[in-house]
Amino acid sequence: MGWLNRPLRQGNTWLLGLLPILVLVVVYLVVAADRHAINPNDKILPLPGAMADAMGRLLFERDRLSGEYLFWSDTFASLQRLSLGLSISTLSALIVGLLLGVLPRFRATFGMLVTCIAVVPPIALLPILFIVFGLGETAKVALIVIGIAPFMVRDIAEHVTALPREQIVKARTLGASTWQLMLRVALPQAMPRLIQALRLSLGPAWVFLISAEAIASDVGLGYRIFLVRRYLAMDVILPYVFWIAILAATIDLLLRLSGRRLFPWAYGETA
Amino acid sequence: MSAALSLRNVWVEYGDKVVLERINLEIEEGAFVSVVGPSGAGKSSLLKLVLGQIAPTKGAILLDGDPMAPECTPERGVVFQRYSVFSHLTALGNTLFGLECAQAPLTGRLFGERFRSAKDKAREMLEAVGLGDSLNLYPAQMSGGMQQRLAIAQALIKQPRILLLDEPFGALDPGIRADMHALITELWREYALTIIMVTHDIKEAFSLGTRVLTLDKTRVDPQAQNRYGATVVYDLTLDRKIAREAEIAYASGKTDAAANDQGITIDRINNN
Repeated sequence: MGWLNRPLRQGNTWLLGLLPILVLVVVYLVVAADRHAINPNDKILPLPGAMADAMGRLLFERDRLSGEYLFWSDTFASLQRLSLGLSISTLSALIVGLLLGVLPRFRATFGMLVTCIAVVPPIALLPILFIVFGLGETAKVALIVIGIAPFMVRDIAEHVTALPREQIVKARTLGASTWQLMLRVALPQAMPRLIQALRLSLGPAWVFLISAEAIASDVGLGYRIFLVRRYLAMDVILPYVFWIAILAATIDLLLRLSGRRLFPWAYGETA
Repeated sequence: MSAALSLRNVWVEYGDKVVLERINLEIEEGAFVSVVGPSGAGKSSLLKLVLGQIAPTKGAILLDGDPMAPECTPERGVVFQRYSVFSHLTALGNTLFGLECAQAPLTGRLFGERFRSAKDKAREMLEAVGLGDSLNLYPAQMSGGMQQRLAIAQALIKQPRILLLDEPFGALDPGIRADMHALITELWREYALTIIMVTHDIKEAFSLGTRVLTLDKTRVDPQAQNRYGATVVYDLTLDRKIAREAEIAYASGKTDAAANDQGITIDRINNN
């Protein structure tokens, strides 16, 4: 049997997936131990004990200045910004994408505008956002929205435009109005694609979140990482990065599972 | 028999290209009209015309004596070769769609008593096409034949004045195709439908239809191939009695035909 067809058991998939991660961890530990053997005060590759110490302070002790548990307030602030940005983007992608996809007149009027916005690098707009919205939460959420919404809008619009012409004609002969066509034919078929687009946008959304937090903020995962960078505090940066990876992977998994759950027809499953 | 659909000197042109010219047709109530002709002879254009997807460049189309709007309205049902059903709805949902659109303009969904009565109607329709056991299947879980049965049920529940079939059985296996022929003949008689079917299969055209139209070009300008369009070159009304006898013979000999169709040496599907 060739490599392509060799069957894989469920448990084995997990084990195989964990294998490279384990290898990376071992490599890190070996190199870190090596460096510490030469210089016990090495800050670049901290040992797990040092990381646990540093993180313990952020997790379980109140900050002397603000009186907050920094790790949790960072996580909360970042997730709040991210979810706001993602929700606004998703909603606008759905509405604008549907209109662009279904109504040729709307597409002719606004299609070019959406393309123009989509091709501008969002980070280039960040100064404008800071000037217009100030340094508060709005600018950070706005950056995420400007960064990912145009891509999602275009993706949904393309998907809806590509619905077979036969379906539209059929719906018309069954008496569907334009509104019913959007609500009952285009919208439900755009939903699985929307989840897909959202999953693909998660990466960029995190990039924009961390960038905005790095530049102007007083709380947040990105803010913390860029703050402690000044002290070469790799014992904080590495666990934070790992935490971001866990958060991002969890959101992705939840989206994937809810997609399968909510739209079984798109995955060839029974009701 | 009154004329349900009349085409009066209809022309279809796309820019310089003349696709159909001088189409004059009177299609009476209850007819089963098969349309055949070579590729590019405007079969699809004729169908789109009656469907309201395109408007005639010249001439008039009358439905029951009134000019027909160039829009796809519920007076016309349609079954395409593919993509006729909504992949996000179950068989029941697909069949309910037409009823829901008519009764719930804003939400497109029915609830309570009205939903139950619509559902009963839809289930009855699905049973009539032989999908009584597959109410909750999505199209992706159905075979090609089942999807076409569903497409027919979905169209018929709106009780269209005219049912348009665009090579509805072209993508099916010979055996399944024979079953579908029996089904459409039965439905045509039971619901007193007026059907226009475009097909590539001449045998199918004659065995199902009460009238066979052949479209082709009568004039060709070798310097400008698009100068002249196609028109009706043959209009054969199959005698109703003969047609019915043929049907009965067809229905009784169905099993034989199905068995024969599976043979590889007999070319019963004339793909020309």
